[in-house]
Amino acid sequence: MDNQAQFNGVKNRFSPGRIAAWVALYATLALTIFPFLWMLRTALSTTKSLPSAPGSLLPVDFTFGAFQRVLGLSSTAQAVAEGGSGASVNFLQYLLNSAIYASLVTIGQVAFGSMAAYAFARLHWKGRDMVFGVFLAALLVPPIFTSLPNFIFIKNIGLLNTIPGMVLPTFFMTPFAIFFLRQFFLGINREIEESAMLDGAGHWRTFFTIIVPMSSAPITTLGILTFINTWNDYFWPLLVGKTEGTKMLTVALGVFRSQTPQGSPDWAGLMAATLISALPVLALFFAFSKKIVDSIGYSGVK
Amino acid sequence: MKTRKKHPATTLSAHSVRERRAALVFILPALAGFLLFYLWPTLCGFYYSLTKYNLLGKPRFIGLANFAKIVHDKLLLNAIMVTIEYVLLNIGFQTVIALGLAVLMQRLTKSITLRGMLLLPWLVSNVIAAMLWFWLFDYQIGFVNIVIDALNIPKIPFFGGEFWAIPTIAFVNVWRHMGYTALLVFAGLQTVPNYVYEAASIDGASEWRSFSSITLPLLRPVLAMVLVVTVTGSFQVFDTVAVTTKGGPMNVSRVLQYYIYQKGFDQGEFGYASALSVVLFIILAGVAFVQLKMMRANESDMA
Repeated sequence: MDNQAQFNGVKNRFSPGRIAAWVALYATLALTIFPFLWMLRTALSTTKSLPSAPGSLLPVDFTFGAFQRVLGLSSTAQAVAEGGSGASVNFLQYLLNSAIYASLVTIGQVAFGSMAAYAFARLHWKGRDMVFGVFLAALLVPPIFTSLPNFIFIKNIGLLNTIPGMVLPTFFMTPFAIFFLRQFFLGINREIEESAMLDGAGHWRTFFTIIVPMSSAPITTLGILTFINTWNDYFWPLLVGKTEGTKMLTVALGVFRSQTPQGSPDWAGLMAATLISALPVLALFFAFSKKIVDSIGYSGVK
Repeated sequence: MKTRKKHPATTLSAHSVRERRAALVFILPALAGFLLFYLWPTLCGFYYSLTKYNLLGKPRFIGLANFAKIVHDKLLLNAIMVTIEYVLLNIGFQTVIALGLAVLMQRLTKSITLRGMLLLPWLVSNVIAAMLWFWLFDYQIGFVNIVIDALNIPKIPFFGGEFWAIPTIAFVNVWRHMGYTALLVFAGLQTVPNYVYEAASIDGASEWRSFSSITLPLLRPVLAMVLVVTVTGSFQVFDTVAVTTKGGPMNVSRVLQYYIYQKGFDQGEFGYASALSVVLFIILAGVAFVQLKMMRANESDMA
């Protein structure tokens, strides 16, 4: 709690209204966190035993079996004994696919996005504002509107079910990436740039030795946000990646659920798989949480 | 370059030719991506909407026939109504909860840990959020129904109930987005200087009074911006529906985007699906237009 908050609270720290406010805040927080704890608790249970103690807050019949099953480390007999279907789901492969897809899109978008943002923010050329306006207008086009023709285009050039086909549409730009960085590039002091130019640096050198290092914070933020968004992407991967080598985690999760034979789904396996899919993003979040939380402010309001 | 200040006219033009050339190189990849994967498909989308196209042959131009069919498409009307029901529920609850959360955070604590925790649901994918709640809402052994049963209330068929499907899907997305939206509003609240509240409290204004006469009016531009983003986003709900109800039961959760997807990719009617996405486009443009109007009204209001 910082000083300001304490100042607000000095007068009536224990008033009923204030207590009610804290209760409301903690209740929302509980609603936010509880499903994650329940996911962990289920993933550490056996599916067969779950119905015997559906309300237990602790894992039922504690085991790492669900994780082994999902990662293909357990035998079919063992999987079936714990309530899995025994069908092989190659999650390691999907994990790798998602990592490749999200990394490539992030690298391309951040690199080309910052180049374009530099051209829009720092260079003078005819038609700049008009081109920028057209890019801006692209934000209004709903993704599904371009997804149908893009799917047909990717299919026609023979890139369906390939990583390039998956990556290409968002590899070079999204309007958001350019707007986000342009905002920061606009704020850089002209004089620093000019003194570099006077020293004989061209635009490339200025870009790489001045602009990029000075904007490392927003560039990293954009990278993290792009990676998270691409990792979580569902619609485009559903259309374009149907083979083992191009199926993404999000899509595989959906398949995993519907693959369950008659009867109740393999909940422990499903929750283990869900946890594994969330893990990279959660790890990224814990490493950069302050940066991400702060970025929400300026990605939206400014 | 060093003579630039002495002869601005001559060197500036040489300078600007170089600058223009550099600009072209810098913008080239993004421009190529824009033309190829944004502008061209947008034009194609409008063209396909005027054709009969099943991917096997070439698109065959049929004029406005798809749109004539759209007028009588009862499933489309249903999809639009369902989507509007979803948007109203989603936006209504999300805005109220986010506003409440943001104000609570501002008045009680600015803890970054707490803000981080609120952001967790937004970090995971729609698919994961849907899976989690599909499990928690399971009719037989889902935690929520176990609790409901223990309280002697009849169990609720959340995703499987005709009445419940859309509110449940809306709930899942409110859960995923409320923290994120709250942080957007919270960022807006930070721009209101603290002394305004202090002055109000010295004048004897109640918490409620300072909320309704200071916070809300000052927040209107931020709220309008948040609404533009969330409303257009929620009109395009797809993931949650696709992994939970698949439009069921009895079409009650077949939202517009899922209907377009089914027409195009399950039934191979790309021309008709494109015409449907033109409808979505028009709805979204209309919504954005109305909201921008309201925002502008806000601005003049503030001046």
